[in-house]
Amino acid sequence: MPVIEVKDLVKDYGSHRAVDGVSFTVDEGEIFGILGPNGAGKTTTVECVEGLRTPDSGRISVLGLDPGRDGAELKQMLGAQLQESSLPDKMRVEEALDLYSSFYRDPADAKRLIDMLGLGPKRKTQYAKLSGGQRQRLSIALALIGRPKVAVLDELTTGLDPQARRDTWELVEEVRDSGVTVILVTHFMDEAERLCDRLAVIDSGKVVAIDTPAGLAERAGEEQRVRFRPSAPLDDTLLLDLPEVTGVEHAGAQTVVTGRGNLLHAVTSVLARKQIVAADLRVDQASLDDAFVALTGRALEQ
Amino acid sequence: MHSFWKLTRTEARLLVREPMTFGVALLLPTVLILGLGAVPALREPSEEFDGVRFIDYFAPSVVVMVVAIMGLTSLPAIMATYRERGMLRRMWTTPVHPAKLLGAQLTVSLASTVVSVVVVIAVGRLAYGVPLPQHPLGFAIAFILGMGAVFAIGLLIAALAPNNRLATGLATVVFMVVMFFGGVYVPRFFMPEAIVRIGEFTPPGVQSLLDAWNGTAPAAGPLLIMGGTALLFGAVSAKVFKWE
Repeated sequence: MPVIEVKDLVKDYGSHRAVDGVSFTVDEGEIFGILGPNGAGKTTTVECVEGLRTPDSGRISVLGLDPGRDGAELKQMLGAQLQESSLPDKMRVEEALDLYSSFYRDPADAKRLIDMLGLGPKRKTQYAKLSGGQRQRLSIALALIGRPKVAVLDELTTGLDPQARRDTWELVEEVRDSGVTVILVTHFMDEAERLCDRLAVIDSGKVVAIDTPAGLAERAGEEQRVRFRPSAPLDDTLLLDLPEVTGVEHAGAQTVVTGRGNLLHAVTSVLARKQIVAADLRVDQASLDDAFVALTGRALEQ
Repeated sequence: MHSFWKLTRTEARLLVREPMTFGVALLLPTVLILGLGAVPALREPSEEFDGVRFIDYFAPSVVVMVVAIMGLTSLPAIMATYRERGMLRRMWTTPVHPAKLLGAQLTVSLASTVVSVVVVIAVGRLAYGVPLPQHPLGFAIAFILGMGAVFAIGLLIAALAPNNRLATGLATVVFMVVMFFGGVYVPRFFMPEAIVRIGEFTPPGVQSLLDAWNGTAPAAGPLLIMGGTALLFGAVSAKVFKWE
């Protein structure tokens, strides 16, 4: 059951077409990713979904509401964490949550939310004195204070250190597990791969693909590579006879087998039969990065 | 209404936590009164000052100054900073109406202005025997309407200005105009008649304040202008308010 439907969304800024015919649906309870390089139209797309911007054409339905017409009602049910947003330096964590909870009809319990997001020890700390990770937690808390059914999280982990990023990812999974549908906007591959149930790849205002992370990686080409150093010489034809194998190459002492399907299993079975030990065995699989290059013809800057 | 009071309380807290902004607005006019009164010649009735003491004549201009600092310096700067740093953007995603935020900011600024003016009047009275406003009701009305007009102009600047620099620039120009016609820079008895007349109608309306201070009911014309300005500019600023 889709909770969000976006159909042929178009948004221009002056003569620049920021969003050019974007369509997607988001199902209840999933983490839906919107992945693309900076300036691809990701933020504009979600800002239309949030009802902050008016599309030039196209149709959007969020929880059965039209963001353009029922914006005020939608904001009761949709929590958002925006890029480039902040709080006054001297505002304390618990004050921020207390204030924002007054904006909603049926807010969540601020104290529980503070604890859930691990901000308990910081409840009296001023915004200026929070670390980047703590600010993002607070931002997520503010997005959740209205008990939203949908949460939109835009560039959540930009600027965070690796540990804070991983903690934030766990938090996003917890949010989803609590029954909130999440739209996650990101330009990080690893983030999309780790968190998203499905994702839309957007480039230059257009959707280039919508799939699961694994599905997208597969589309990039099923080509896999198995590398190893055999303990004894190995006849290439033994490998080439396997239906999974498409090629065998040698790089110094290393043998590189390319192919598809269950390549690793096929290769190791042959080796076992010949009682050859494969040293330094490695498998290279197409990643979401490769998928992005394959889909858009360029790399996604990290 | 719940969220309005929460916003007001939050804004008040944040203001008190910025001792510089708060202190300057509160103390500068008081220091000015004390400084001027320390000059003996300004405490003596003089022919040059229409036969009254300069300090008595100048007190309403200090009130103008307080109103101008709060409404045209502090208020637009706070709002522009909120916008520039994405604090408004953060609030944009919530169901809260911008009028509530503007209203809360206005309430806090008005309250601190009232405090500041009360301190000025009290210090003038205690230190140099400057009489209290002789027509208290007229003074209250003139003060509230005049303050409303200046603050509404400040709010409009705050609502429109895309960044802090532009807000400050624009507000400074209006600030100078208000201060000039309010007789802060040049005492009004040195001004040509035409400029004094314009000053009567320039927010916050220094003549109305002076009249009420001296015990005369302020004229209706300027008061109506002030009230109209407050309503018009206030409504327009709520209408054109931009979150980013």
